Amino acid sequence: MALEQDISIVRTGSGAVASARRMALIWRVLGYLAIMLSVVIIGLPIYWMLIASFKISREIYTAPPSWVPLAPTLENYPNAWNSAPFARYYINSIIVTLATTVSKMTLAVLTAYALVFLRFPGKNTVFLIILAALMVPAQITIVPNFLTMGELGFVNTYWGLILPGAATAFGTFLMRQYFMTLPHEIFEAAEIDGAGHMRRLWEIAVPLAMPALVTTGLFAVVSEWNDFLWPLIITSTDDMRTLPIGVFRLLDQEGFANWGVVMAGTMYVVLPVILLFIWAQRYIVEGIASGAVKG
Amino acid sequence: MSTVSIPAYRSSSREWRERLLFLLLVGPNLILLAAFTFWPMLYNAYLSLISWNFLSPTRRFVGLRNYESVLSSGIFRIVLTNTAIFTIVSVVLTMLLGLGLALLLNRPLRWRDGARAILFTPTVLSGAAIAIVWIYIFDPRFGLLAQILGWFGIGSPAWLSDPNWAMSAIIIVYVWKNLGYAVVIYLAGLQAIDRTLYEAAEIDGAGAWAQFRHVTVPGLSPILFFLLVTSILACFQAFDIIAVMTDGGPVNATNTLVYHLYERGFVQSQAGPAGVVAMVMFVLMLILTVLQLRLVERRVHYS
Repeated sequence: MALEQDISIVRTGSGAVASARRMALIWRVLGYLAIMLSVVIIGLPIYWMLIASFKISREIYTAPPSWVPLAPTLENYPNAWNSAPFARYYINSIIVTLATTVSKMTLAVLTAYALVFLRFPGKNTVFLIILAALMVPAQITIVPNFLTMGELGFVNTYWGLILPGAATAFGTFLMRQYFMTLPHEIFEAAEIDGAGHMRRLWEIAVPLAMPALVTTGLFAVVSEWNDFLWPLIITSTDDMRTLPIGVFRLLDQEGFANWGVVMAGTMYVVLPVILLFIWAQRYIVEGIASGAVKG
Repeated sequence: MSTVSIPAYRSSSREWRERLLFLLLVGPNLILLAAFTFWPMLYNAYLSLISWNFLSPTRRFVGLRNYESVLSSGIFRIVLTNTAIFTIVSVVLTMLLGLGLALLLNRPLRWRDGARAILFTPTVLSGAAIAIVWIYIFDPRFGLLAQILGWFGIGSPAWLSDPNWAMSAIIIVYVWKNLGYAVVIYLAGLQAIDRTLYEAAEIDGAGAWAQFRHVTVPGLSPILFFLLVTSILACFQAFDIIAVMTDGGPVNATNTLVYHLYERGFVQSQAGPAGVVAMVMFVLMLILTVLQLRLVERRVHYS
């Protein structure tokens, strides 16, 4: 009797284990299906851009469209390069992105160091003022900033492109939070050894805060490279335009008449970011994720 | 330790040097923020009270008349409705699809990290470039979507030139671009939930649904709220995709707040109404940001 009971317990137990295993298997299969489906849906437009950039124009204007270029060609790339001053757009984008990013990283580090390691009456108020800037999105400053640039004579110049994005509240916040986690003993030891603030900043704080600094820099690079609204407003001639504005002009020019060339132009804009993303994917994705979880 | 090692000889001149250094380090950042972030808000408030076309030397003070005329105009009501529809539908779709995907991906699957990276890719790509690719995809004759719809015997609508379809097209692109961001955030949130809670629930005989309802949802609630607020704010600021794909058209079908601000300021050269739109946007976003800060504060207090 007791034995039978034991067996029945074991039986229902193993039955439960088996069904749990079956459920786990079903969830795994669903997981793989979700991976496949979502990767196809998200990847397809990017694939479509890529193959269209290798198609001859006759092939693009046939319905139904082909999924693999029938006569792959590279000629769209030089054609796009020549129908708009892409070399100039690249130079402008690189200058503006680099200058803004370097400025943001430098100012974030300097401000955060001062806020954490220097004594100043009312420095928490200073921090709150900087935080308040997070509540003002760049989009609603466009009209006043355009007028300010007009008064300064910076419309359609690199200064005009760079200055409004040169400061950073977000980066300062990020670096400050990171500096606060660093052990104070290291800095005190350096002070006793006679290291001044600048040496402590560049030789201790910056190297230790590299992960946060890299995250700040990558976010700045991606958002500056892709920025559209401000460069659209502040530039008025081809020699000052950045890539996103340039490819928008290319669409106006070639547009619906020549998709192969336009897709080659969009490849010029997205390819550097895709390469950067492949290289620094971990930093960007982890940075985003950890920022959200820590709040 | 440090109080002992900082002896009394620390002179007040050294203290002043530290204060000066503080100002030198904080100054540039603060001045730039003041000039290009805080000053514009005062400037917007001023612009909203005057009548000016940016060129004329005379700026006429008109009090609140700009507010009256903008807020009561038919176009502004259309813009507000469009912004609400665009924001609500995009946010709900992104958050639901993202949650579903993240739940399915939240187990040890091969290629999961690779899939996560591919899903995230559209987020880092230029909105203008992506919008151009999608114009081509939406092409009713030679586009990718027309072909896929054709497999099911459905004719393609004239997505971008039909006022009834243009907003749907914008939302599709927007959800496509931001889905990966939601998935990454959700996955991080899911992985932060204590695994032992699930084990305990399982021992108590909780099924998959009960575990989701009583462990996952409460554990994920701060992330859900974070995502909700940041997604709403991002939708409010959406400009590049709309500007490139539809120019706010056809017949204002996709005209949203940022686009309308751009239009008033830089197409119609109306400084006053542009200032009003900027002020309205600021107030709406301020409410959202304050809500979010309140939540962060509460979480800090509880943990």
